[in-house]
Amino acid sequence: MNILKKSFKKSIWVFHLSTAACNNCDIEVLELLTPRYDVERFGIKLVGSPRHADALLVCGAVNAHAKPRFLEVYRQTPKPCLVVAFGSCGCSSGIFRDSYSIVGPVDKVLKEEDPDAKIVYIPGCPPKPEAMIEGIIKGLEVI
Amino acid sequence: MKLLFYYLVFPGFLFASVIGLLTVWLDRKVSARVQWRYGPPWYQGFADIGKLLYKEVIIPEEAFGSGFIAAPLFGLASVTLAITILCVSFFGISEGFIGDIIVVWYLFAIPAIALIYIGSTSGNPLSSVGVSREIKLLLSYDLPMVIVIVIMASKAGTFSIKGIMEWQMVNGSNISNWYGIIAFVVAIFCVQAKLGRVPFDLAEAETELGSGILLELSGGVLAAYELSKAMMLFGLPMFLIILFWGKGIVGGVLMYLLIIVLLVLIKNTNPRVRIDHAMRFFWGWMSGAAVLAAILAHLGA
Repeated sequence: MNILKKSFKKSIWVFHLSTAACNNCDIEVLELLTPRYDVERFGIKLVGSPRHADALLVCGAVNAHAKPRFLEVYRQTPKPCLVVAFGSCGCSSGIFRDSYSIVGPVDKVLKEEDPDAKIVYIPGCPPKPEAMIEGIIKGLEVI
Repeated sequence: MKLLFYYLVFPGFLFASVIGLLTVWLDRKVSARVQWRYGPPWYQGFADIGKLLYKEVIIPEEAFGSGFIAAPLFGLASVTLAITILCVSFFGISEGFIGDIIVVWYLFAIPAIALIYIGSTSGNPLSSVGVSREIKLLLSYDLPMVIVIVIMASKAGTFSIKGIMEWQMVNGSNISNWYGIIAFVVAIFCVQAKLGRVPFDLAEAETELGSGILLELSGGVLAAYELSKAMMLFGLPMFLIILFWGKGIVGGVLMYLLIIVLLVLIKNTNPRVRIDHAMRFFWGWMSGAAVLAAILAHLGA
């Protein structure tokens, strides 16, 4: 069992989910796959289905429209899984905090569904690629 | 007892899965180097399988539960059996039986059929699109590959793996003749399609169908599928080595690396084709080339 747990840390498959983001963070995520930052060194790769994912990379302040979809994708993800609240908006709703359509940052919405959810925060607008790598590596210690 | 050892340890399950997972690493590493990246560490394939076994298995509500779990295991078991039959003859452990090359080729088809079953039972519309593509692909690459197998068998005058290898030891490898080279090109493309790799990854098109046929698989079920795919990456080049090379273990290893490099290069230099392009390619160009190879083989070129 221990060795399976260890292999978890060496192979993180990430599903990228955009919940009303301004698209800047989404663009920055792609930088991680380029030769300069190459996260495949750590076994991290992007997958196309939440069923295969170990980490959900959630960008954007969650609005009322995106909330049920976000929670649906979270329920579809096999546990244990890590949720990464990505960028200033993901961590705290950012400058959209008091907007009429925003129902809250990622952690507030997620805690309603699953109080034990494991969340990692990566602030920045958008975060630097180094910060993203460090955030995910630190998140592995939570699991 | 002895048969069980062949099936489970050498040259069956354990041996083939270790070699297969190392080949998966080689594939990903070489692809990364082609793109000027560093690439994953050598144990990446093992880590992926271990991680998937650690995860929860989710069975969709619409899915037929026991079949959903059993089908990938079925695929895994038949790939193991196919590799065992191949390698037992290749390493000279046993004589094999008449017609084993046909049995092996159709055992290699069972993982695809299992996948079709999972995709259609999972109740996801994107999976069903993937299923229809997988069925068409299965039909299209089978024709040229069967022609190639029949050429080699008729040259050697027997349908047994041992017989084909012995014929090549006496008369020279098939690949050293013109018909062999043409047939080898056909076979490489068929293997690429059978492994479901770019440019023939239509069934699990990640960016288009969101993993398509595999979309609903999770945890251990996905691990069984990934493992059988890794073992196919060992088994199918082995099949080509027996058909086209057939001599010794050292030459076999070099030939194996050559085939893997060819597969990786095809993967890295091509975009994904459409299903109608793929069918036209296999039923038109590839079948034509296979028939040409058959004529050349008959004329003795």
